[in-house]
Amino acid sequence: MKAVCWRGPNNVQVETVPDPQILNPRDAVVKITSTAICGSDLHLYDGYIPALRGGDILGHEFMGEIVETGAEVKNLAVGDRVVVPFTIACGRCFFCERQLWSLCDNSNPHAAAAEKLYGFSGSGLFGYSQIYGGYAGGQAEYARVPFADVGPTKVPHGLTDEQVLFLTDVFPTGYMAVESAGIQPGDTVAVWGCGAVGLFAIVSAYLLGAERVIAIDRVPERLAMARDRAKAETIDYEETDDVVEALKQMTGGRGPDVCVDAVGLEAHGTSFTAKLDRVKHAARLTTDRPYALREAIQACRKGGVVSIPGVYGGFLDKIPFGAAFAKGLTFKMGQTHVHRYIGPLMERVQAAEVDPSFVITHSVPLDKAPEMYRTFREKEDGCIKVVLKP
Amino acid sequence: MSLPRPRNDRAAGSGSGIDLVQAERWGAFLAGGSLTLFGLTRRSLPGLGLAAAGGGLIARALLRTSGTAPASGTGVAVARSVTVNRPIAELYAYWRDLRNLPRIMDHLESVTLDDDRRSHWVAKAPLGTKVEWDAEIAEDRTNELISWRSIAGAEIPNRGSVRFDAAPVGRGSEVTVTLAYDPPAGAVGTAVAKLLGEEPDQQVREDLRRFKAVMEAGEAPTVDGQPSGRED
Repeated sequence: MKAVCWRGPNNVQVETVPDPQILNPRDAVVKITSTAICGSDLHLYDGYIPALRGGDILGHEFMGEIVETGAEVKNLAVGDRVVVPFTIACGRCFFCERQLWSLCDNSNPHAAAAEKLYGFSGSGLFGYSQIYGGYAGGQAEYARVPFADVGPTKVPHGLTDEQVLFLTDVFPTGYMAVESAGIQPGDTVAVWGCGAVGLFAIVSAYLLGAERVIAIDRVPERLAMARDRAKAETIDYEETDDVVEALKQMTGGRGPDVCVDAVGLEAHGTSFTAKLDRVKHAARLTTDRPYALREAIQACRKGGVVSIPGVYGGFLDKIPFGAAFAKGLTFKMGQTHVHRYIGPLMERVQAAEVDPSFVITHSVPLDKAPEMYRTFREKEDGCIKVVLKP
Repeated sequence: MSLPRPRNDRAAGSGSGIDLVQAERWGAFLAGGSLTLFGLTRRSLPGLGLAAAGGGLIARALLRTSGTAPASGTGVAVARSVTVNRPIAELYAYWRDLRNLPRIMDHLESVTLDDDRRSHWVAKAPLGTKVEWDAEIAEDRTNELISWRSIAGAEIPNRGSVRFDAAPVGRGSEVTVTLAYDPPAGAVGTAVAKLLGEEPDQQVREDLRRFKAVMEAGEAPTVDGQPSGRED
């Protein structure tokens, strides 16, 4: 089959590789009909996530048709059309039983490596480095799906791939960011980053009853989409002296109730610390550039919630923890518990409360993946979300 | 003793280009070794002290069992715990049938039962060789503890135990495994060292992880045999 393989920083190739096989009784194999490039794939592309091996197959947002099932998979049949959570979870451990699916104890075959790095291991993820299990990803014609009896979710008739593909990651990720923050009616939510996760955080905040959402970015097309399609007020941080002060003034001096960092470890910024971050990052002296996170902490109202769907991988410098403590902030973060949200959000899509396809700016054949990684990384051509068609 | 584990891809980091894993332990081991050598070459009382300190570092590098002392002076002993989200009775029953152990202990090829107490163990060794021994159940307390030991005459005297304790409510069962080997000097001793791998502690941890996954999820996660752009 054809698959998108990582060959090193800034280098992905479409290569011919063997087809996947059933390896465990709870596996299934999916013939992929649509797959997307995620903003977090750019962290791999840029070389900021350790422990990829040349030849690893990328991709964790994919859907398709079941073509084979293992002996223990009773709830799916060949021909079923499914969306597949990017987190791999067994469904039976302490964490899965408590709906903390992305913390599954039993799905990472390289758990010991993750333990060396983080003390404990979370769940395996598709196509996201050896540390998260080394699972072959879904930017390919076929993928093997472990624990297929609890992960893949059938797609109701009448919904297109484009409407349901983002239930695999970015829609639940944006949704969990605001849902876990306990949005109350009347709340103002500020969202840093208007990529797909940020856009879905905005949409979800309104679904959950937020009064106002203010989005912060610098890319004109993204600000426009946040404003026109997701109905957020926007701040262009390159045109604003002091984002924290702007947010304070926009909220009558209180600050936003919930601040969402949908940027993660490769943030850009204009301040001195942001530039220092970039220099240290370029020299590999620090792993993460937490510029958006710093602002979110400083901007958040007293007693508010800072929610972090953006990915971090290592150590962070100059986090204003004193401000966080003084204001009594709550932090919510982590990989998304996709299994928890995929069903309820599918119902919202079916009920036409939301059509997630609005974020798609590019839909191209799988062969175009290498150039689309570049276009997406450079944010050229208005690129916000790329769908690949195997 | 620097050897690949028998089946690479299951081991953390091995074969995957990520050796986050072993640097620290090797640091202690190597530092211990050089201290010991240096101390022994001094042939003096302080020198012996250095040698002893070095030996201590080596022991810690080998054992590192969170304060658990080795069962005897000379061998290798490890103890590790894991919490399994299943009732004790189920875990005990699985373990009491020693024939199940090769499914969770990577270095075992087979365990066959002679009778209710005696069994024959075959372990994988480097270069396709095998080590075999007979063992007997030393103690068996239903739903509490099983211990076993090799029968006199085994090339590599060894023993092990597994203990089952209830975890706090809703958290399943705590399983603690100890393994101890008394490798003789010479070629067989070297083979045992190879058998145990560089990190016996890590190996027991992986065995317990596999046990937990098999009991909870019904299977151990794997990526052995999946496609990639590599020729492996």
